[in-house]
Amino acid sequence: MSLGPDEVKKIAHLARLEISENDIPEYDRNLSDILSFVEQLSEAQTDNVEPMAHPVHAVQRLRADEVTETDQREKFQALAPQSENGLFLVPKVIE
Amino acid sequence: MHNKTLSQLSAELQAGNVSSVELTEHFLGRIEKYDGELNSFVTVTKEQALEQARRADEQISAGTAGPLTGIPIAHKDIFCTDGVRTSCGSKMLDNFIAPYNATVVEKFDQAGLVVLGKTNMDEFAMGSSNETSFYGPVKNPWDTSRVPGGSSGGSAAVVSARLAAASTGTDTGGSIRQPAALCGITGLKPTYGRVSRWGMIAFASSLDQAGPMAQSAEDCAHLLGAMAGFDERDSTSIDQSVPDYTANLNDDLSGLKIGLPKEYFGEGLDADVGKAIDEAIATYRKMGAEVVEISLPNTHLAVPTYYVVAPAECSSNLSRFDGVRYGYRCQDPKDLQDLYMRSRGEGFGEEVKRRIMIGTYALSAGYYDAYYLKAQKVRHLISDDFRKAFEQVDVIMGPTAPSTAFGLGEKADDPVTMYLSDIYTIAVNLAGLPGMSVPAGFANGLPVGLQLIGNYFDESRLLNVAHKYQQETDWHLRVPQGFEG
Repeated sequence: MSLGPDEVKKIAHLARLEISENDIPEYDRNLSDILSFVEQLSEAQTDNVEPMAHPVHAVQRLRADEVTETDQREKFQALAPQSENGLFLVPKVIE
Repeated sequence: MHNKTLSQLSAELQAGNVSSVELTEHFLGRIEKYDGELNSFVTVTKEQALEQARRADEQISAGTAGPLTGIPIAHKDIFCTDGVRTSCGSKMLDNFIAPYNATVVEKFDQAGLVVLGKTNMDEFAMGSSNETSFYGPVKNPWDTSRVPGGSSGGSAAVVSARLAAASTGTDTGGSIRQPAALCGITGLKPTYGRVSRWGMIAFASSLDQAGPMAQSAEDCAHLLGAMAGFDERDSTSIDQSVPDYTANLNDDLSGLKIGLPKEYFGEGLDADVGKAIDEAIATYRKMGAEVVEISLPNTHLAVPTYYVVAPAECSSNLSRFDGVRYGYRCQDPKDLQDLYMRSRGEGFGEEVKRRIMIGTYALSAGYYDAYYLKAQKVRHLISDDFRKAFEQVDVIMGPTAPSTAFGLGEKADDPVTMYLSDIYTIAVNLAGLPGMSVPAGFANGLPVGLQLIGNYFDESRLLNVAHKYQQETDWHLRVPQGFEG
C-alpha cells in the first residue's frame, strides 16, 4: 500500500494540517506503512457481524432540556489567542 | 516515609506522627532532588499543594478527615485542573490554563488528596514510550537510558521513584498498564464507563478510561473507590453503584479459574519476560488457583483494529484545536485557512499529525466502509473472544508487555514497531474490559508486569487477585537504585 505525495497532501489538507514539502516523503512512508499494517483486517471474516460502537452496548442518555451552564464567557475568552468586546478574532473572512 | 503505602501514610497522618504539610514538603523535596533527571513532571504546583495540605491538616485535627486526606499524589497532565496549566504533553496546549476541574480531579479534591503537580505524558496520550511529549521524554527510574513506557509514563515514573504516593493515569490502548509494567508499579484500567471522562482531554472516546497507578493493589483499591462513579456530565458514564473495593481484597483464591491465552505466550514474547510470568502463574497455583489454557483467536487483529478506530476518533476529537478559542495560534495568519493549517501544523507533534491523518483517511468518502466499518466489526469479534473466555474462567492472565523497558530512541523512527509494544493490552480497551498490571519480578534487572484481565465491572476481583499475589511476593515493594533515600 503506497499513498503517494499527492494523496498525502490531500489528506493533510482535509485534516487542516500544514505539512512542509520536505516532510512529505516521510509522512508518505509512515502513513503507507501504517495502512499496509491495518490491511490485515481485510482477511477477517465479518459477514453478519454487527459493527461495535460501544464496549458495553450502552445507549446515549438524554437529559432534560434545561439550562445548566452559567455564562462564563469572560473566563473562557481569557484563554483565546485574540478576542475583543466578547468576540473571538480571526483574520478577515469576508472582503 | 515515601516508601509507605496509602494505608500506612493514612495511619501516620491520623496518629499525628506526621502532618500533611510535612509529608507534602517531603515529596516536594524529592521532586526537586530527582526530577531534573527523570523529567516526570510538566508542572509542579508547590503553593497549591501546601495550601491543600494545610486544609488537610485542619480536617485531620478536627476529626473530619477521610482515609485519603492529606496524602500527596500527582495527576497526569491530561486532566483539567482549574487555574493550573493542562498541557496534555503538547505545544498546542502549552499555554492552556484549564478553567475548570475534571471530575476525577474534583473527586480527589473532595477526598482530601494533595496534588503535587501534573505529570509528563506522550502528546495527547498518543505513544507507548513518552517520547512524543513536547516536554521531552520521561526517563525510566530503573535505567535512565530507557523509556518508562507510555502514555502515562510520567505517572508511572513518579510512583516508581517515590516522588508521589500515587498518581492518576489514562488508558486508551495500554497507557496505564504498559508504563506500570515497565516501571515496576501497580496500575488499573477500569471497565469503560466506570470512571468519568469529563474534563479528561479526549483522544479516542470509545476507548479512553482513567484509573489509578500506585505501589500496590490495595492502594489502587482505595483510589479507585475515590475515582469511580456515575457522572451525568459524561454521556458514556455507566450508572452503577460503586462497591467498597477494599472489602474483598483478602478473599481466598482457592478454586479461582485463571485462563492463559495461548496467543499471549507465542512469538514476539521476550523469553525472560515469559519466564517471570510463568513463575507468577506458579505462585497462583500454589495459592489454590486452577490454571487452564484458553484461546483468544482474534488477538492478532487487535493492534490493526485499534489503529483504525483510535485514529478515526482522534481525528474527530482533535478537530477542536483550531487556534481560535484556546491553545496555540501561529504568527501572522494571512487568512482563516492559513490560521487553521499553520496553528495545527505547528502546534501538533509528528505522531499526533500521523494519527490525525490516518483517521481522516479512514473516515473519508470511499474509504469509510473498508476501514472504519470493517474495524468496528472486527472489534466485535475481539470482544466476543473475551465473552466466550469468561464463560470458562474468572480472570485472564498473561504478560502486560512483550518486553521490558526499551532504550530511548530505539523504536522512535518506526511507528508500527512502536505500536506492537501494546500488543497484549490493546484488545482489553477494544472490548472495554478492566485490566491491571502487577509487578512480577525482573528480567535482566528491569521490571516485568503481569497482566490481569477481568470481566465487566469485576474490578473487585482483579484487585483481590492482585492483592493476594502481593501478599506472597515483594516485587511491588522494590525501589529502583538511587531513589531509595
